[in-house]
Amino acid sequence: MSAAVPAEADERLVRQSWLRHMMGRPELGAVVGAAAVFLFFSFVAESFLQASSLSTVLYASSTIGIMAVPVALLMIGGEFDLSTGVMVTSSALVSSMFSYQMTANVWVGVGVSLLVTLAIGFFNGFMLTRTKLPSFIITLGTFLMLTGLNLGFTKLISGTVSTKSIGDMEGFDSARALFASHLTIGGVDLQVTILWWFGLVALATWVLLRTRVGNWIFAVGGGSDAARAVGVPVNKTKIGLYMGVAFCAWISGQHLLMSYDVVQSGEGVGNEFLYIIAAVIGGCLMTGGYGSAIGSAVGAFIFGMTSKGIVYAQWNPDWFKFFLGAMLLLATLLNAWVRKRAEATK
Amino acid sequence: MTAEQTTALVRLTDVSKYYGNIRALEGVSLEVHAGEITCVLGDNGAGKSTLIKIIAGLHQHDAGTFEIEGEESRLGSPREALDRGIATVYQDLAVVPLMPVWRNFFLGSEPTKGRGPFKRLDVQQMRETTRAELLRMGIDLRDVDQPIGTLSGGERQCVAIARAVYFGAKVLVLDEPTAALGVKQSGVVLKYVAAARDAGLGVVLITHNPHHAYLVGDRFVLLKRGAMAGSHSKSGIALEELTRQMAGGSELDQLSHELERAPGPDVIGGKKVDADPAG
Repeated sequence: MSAAVPAEADERLVRQSWLRHMMGRPELGAVVGAAAVFLFFSFVAESFLQASSLSTVLYASSTIGIMAVPVALLMIGGEFDLSTGVMVTSSALVSSMFSYQMTANVWVGVGVSLLVTLAIGFFNGFMLTRTKLPSFIITLGTFLMLTGLNLGFTKLISGTVSTKSIGDMEGFDSARALFASHLTIGGVDLQVTILWWFGLVALATWVLLRTRVGNWIFAVGGGSDAARAVGVPVNKTKIGLYMGVAFCAWISGQHLLMSYDVVQSGEGVGNEFLYIIAAVIGGCLMTGGYGSAIGSAVGAFIFGMTSKGIVYAQWNPDWFKFFLGAMLLLATLLNAWVRKRAEATK
Repeated sequence: MTAEQTTALVRLTDVSKYYGNIRALEGVSLEVHAGEITCVLGDNGAGKSTLIKIIAGLHQHDAGTFEIEGEESRLGSPREALDRGIATVYQDLAVVPLMPVWRNFFLGSEPTKGRGPFKRLDVQQMRETTRAELLRMGIDLRDVDQPIGTLSGGERQCVAIARAVYFGAKVLVLDEPTAALGVKQSGVVLKYVAAARDAGLGVVLITHNPHHAYLVGDRFVLLKRGAMAGSHSKSGIALEELTRQMAGGSELDQLSHELERAPGPDVIGGKKVDADPAG
């Protein structure tokens, strides 16, 4: 390819080769890793390449991926959120219990849940920008508080640790159609969450690369003082990012509720790390200012392939967490190595 | 432009700033005119940073008056200062290192096209303008897509200055633009400072290097321990005198005197030899 490019008269204007351009992308390490994982399970698990298996893998990926997108944006903006896992559960609990207790339409509960979840996201962002405490501490606090509230409220209202079934209530079917239905495309059964996931990735990529807000997200993560000095609304951007996380937690929460029609109040603990892992595998820097939404999707896909691949390979799924940890380390090392090379050759 | 010299772009009169019971700045006055460079000189802790933060809108003054084009003002935020035509380039936080040059150039004032949900960055224009504006200032970039952190310190300062000029700043405040730079890089930056002045901007140049200040400056304000130690026009002061005052004036004389009288190691050794027989 390089031989075909004629030498330009001005050496400064030599075009970057396509390959070089790809090397500079944050998601490259993740794509290489995903290809490796895919090939690995294609060899060790015969049923892995069947369309139905792939649809299962995509579904597992989408449940993590929907949250990995806003978490990646937040990390690019230089912050963490440890409350995401339980926030999903809170969102599901609110819509379930509000609908059931007020004997209203399911959609009323879904709407109230959206407001409550956005309020939690706003709280995270507001506390962060007001107190200037590290986001690790703020959201760890929110995580613990939500865990307690989830369990406490559910027991107080339902008397047990799970909510009552809302499956026979008005509006449940239409809500399920939006959040937890199946589509059959070309004989393959696909969960609607996959569409949500792809849509969110596309939207986040658009926002990140082609809007003013995207420019601000990179800037508040890469150098918040510099950003503030040139007039970027740093605090608003950060609060907005937390509310974006909350919005996606609401989508995930509604999916959780509509797929089973009951919610276990203790669910979600530990999932926040899966979202962060997907974002980091996808090339987000822990220090902010660098990363991509597509990378987070590839990270989530690696997660989906590993969690289901182990099953298809008929291994004991107890080993899954070990593979996930090893994967995280490998991907991060690969990322660092690739980025170093990409920067050195520039 | 020369006819409008009667009204200063920025005029500070007896401005003071206190942090609790600490006097950061007291009774400082300075003027910035279009097409002129006002240099603020002072040692560490002289109050240069406080002064800059008041002009940039990060802090508010506690006493005195702050006039922008003859109108008394009190800036609430850096954004407000920018809207009034005052752009500040900080030595260390002028740019976001990981972001491409063109994204940095337009950061905070990005041009958009389209409307409603399709409102998007005008990437094409942003790239071309960045390249053209930098070229106009004489900076020849290989690639506007490279992260700005890969540029040299001098180049980064120049990008920040070019950005301020492009966005129609009337007053350019530069915080120690040459402090971290080598001799050659400093020369490059000073050339752009002069270019900005020639473009009709009023420039406030904060520095502790009197040689750099004297090369480009029209007025010199000396700060010392938060107070004014002198205010001169270029015709009213020679470089030697400026350097002497900047370096502490009489304090420097005393220091050189002390250093001359300090006994060398041989003398100390000699004294010891003298003391031994006595003991």
